[in-house]
Amino acid sequence: MKRLLSIELQKIWQNKASRILTIIYFLSLSLLATVALIEFDFGMFKFEAAKSGFFNFPYIWHFTTFIASWLKIFLAVIIVSMIANEYSYGTLKQNLIDGMSKKEFLLSKVYTILLFSFVSTALVFAISLILGLKYSSFTEIGIIFSDLEYLFAYFLKHVAFFSFCLFLALLIKRSAFTLGFIFVWFLGENIGHAIFKYQILGYKHNDKDTVVIDWVKNALPLESMSNLIVMPFRRLSVVKNIGKQVGVNSAIDYSVHFSTIVIVLFWASLFMLFSYKLLKKRDL
Amino acid sequence: MGTILKITNLHKKYGKVHAVNNVSIEIKKGNVYGILGPNGSGKSTTLGIVLNVVNKTSGEFEWFNGAYSTHEALKKVGAIIERPNFYPYMTAEDNLKLVCKIKNIPFTKVSEKLELVGLLERKDSKFKTFSLGMKQRLAIASALLNDPEILILDEPTNGLDPQGIRQIRDLIRIIANQGTTILLASHLLDEVEKVCSHVIVIRNGITLYQGTVDGITANEGFFELESDNLAQLKTALQSFTQIEKIEEDDSKILVYLNENLEASELNSHLFKQSITLTHLVKRKHSLEEQFLEITKQK
Repeated sequence: MKRLLSIELQKIWQNKASRILTIIYFLSLSLLATVALIEFDFGMFKFEAAKSGFFNFPYIWHFTTFIASWLKIFLAVIIVSMIANEYSYGTLKQNLIDGMSKKEFLLSKVYTILLFSFVSTALVFAISLILGLKYSSFTEIGIIFSDLEYLFAYFLKHVAFFSFCLFLALLIKRSAFTLGFIFVWFLGENIGHAIFKYQILGYKHNDKDTVVIDWVKNALPLESMSNLIVMPFRRLSVVKNIGKQVGVNSAIDYSVHFSTIVIVLFWASLFMLFSYKLLKKRDL
Repeated sequence: MGTILKITNLHKKYGKVHAVNNVSIEIKKGNVYGILGPNGSGKSTTLGIVLNVVNKTSGEFEWFNGAYSTHEALKKVGAIIERPNFYPYMTAEDNLKLVCKIKNIPFTKVSEKLELVGLLERKDSKFKTFSLGMKQRLAIASALLNDPEILILDEPTNGLDPQGIRQIRDLIRIIANQGTTILLASHLLDEVEKVCSHVIVIRNGITLYQGTVDGITANEGFFELESDNLAQLKTALQSFTQIEKIEEDDSKILVYLNENLEASELNSHLFKQSITLTHLVKRKHSLEEQFLEITKQK
């Protein structure tokens, strides 16, 4: 495992573009801490991030993991381009000729995905802890370390998303097309769902068809990954209060669901398995 | 002598194209093999299959008598297929170190092999700055990193300038003289003739000849004859049982033999029939002519 990781990290680190992207990614993650400094004043609506409740334990786990996961696109670009490069340089072929098995080749990529996801999770954990300790109104140990499932969800979300990238990059072989395809897929999940729900099935509240199509959407790869950590902003008391005033009764469930974890685990393993099958079957 | 690679009844089909058709080859330690075949004859596909990058349709192949799995065996093999494949953004040295990691060997040989191919002073240059000749030499250095049991070279001089070809050829000679088993696929038949002890001829995926270079060139040979009266000469030649066939080529008559016939014997016999020859040469086919002859049939 150490050998395979060292091979892949050498490939990534010695590539200038990948190196810069990696640095940008981890730097941006660290800069998340500066969110605390956000303050704006619209006269009637005054907002200070530090006092908003963002950083209260245990909510902070939810907020930071949600925001930090947007940055994963940087790592996705690295993963996709490193695989596309292996095809365009002909080095995938050469690695195999030099005595790497196809399984080892894939494992070196998978280990890297796990490592990146783990380091990212650890960093988010550290940053949240520091921010929380500084700004949280509650600092009892029991409260600090509750709701840590968001960190697990964050890790899983990254692993699953990168596996998706890995599979598509192996399939498509071109980095630009792969990234484009991921975007199109994302649109496809949403637009496809909308078309089915409103045009073909005809939306009725609590209708059986609507329930089924919503369930299907939640089981799709990108949607299920995004469901792992639900958008947290409406959880803030400030926003809740505004909502109440306007008359929106938000009863959204923010917890990490076991069923979603199972679905995402299923997709992640499926993408890895398909990547292996694809690599095994393809003549180079 | 130990068997390094044994291929048995190997087939590869790409849809309707039968790229490799029932190829059986045995590579023994210490020999230098040349694989000959026109473009698209299935040479590279065969090599691709044993090198784990192309999936076979049916048949078997076995490295080192099946002592290792294919990818473990390949760690003891040095191979270059078509163009040199390296990471362009890495230096020559880093590229070789990466190969060391893949082959699970220490970095100790990196400098030695760079020296051998004359790239030591360029070790810190990025691969993308290299000329094709230098890239190809780096590929050879990389293939030799583990002091392989066998070196497989697929068209190593393709696209090189005369100096480059010369350098690669000299390198192959040096390596062959060190006793390394070599499998060389090449169009340059004189090169194969000079370096190789054995040849394998493949066309349309079918093995046409397999054996020693001497075996393929040591035919009975042929005569080139000229005379003032060709018609009379041809009739007179009919009486020889050693003659396989007679061909006319411009003003010359080419006489192919199926048994040994000395030039003096032929000459005196014709002279007795009052035919005087103006030109008499006994020749043997070069590997090139023999190769063209073999691949022309069928």
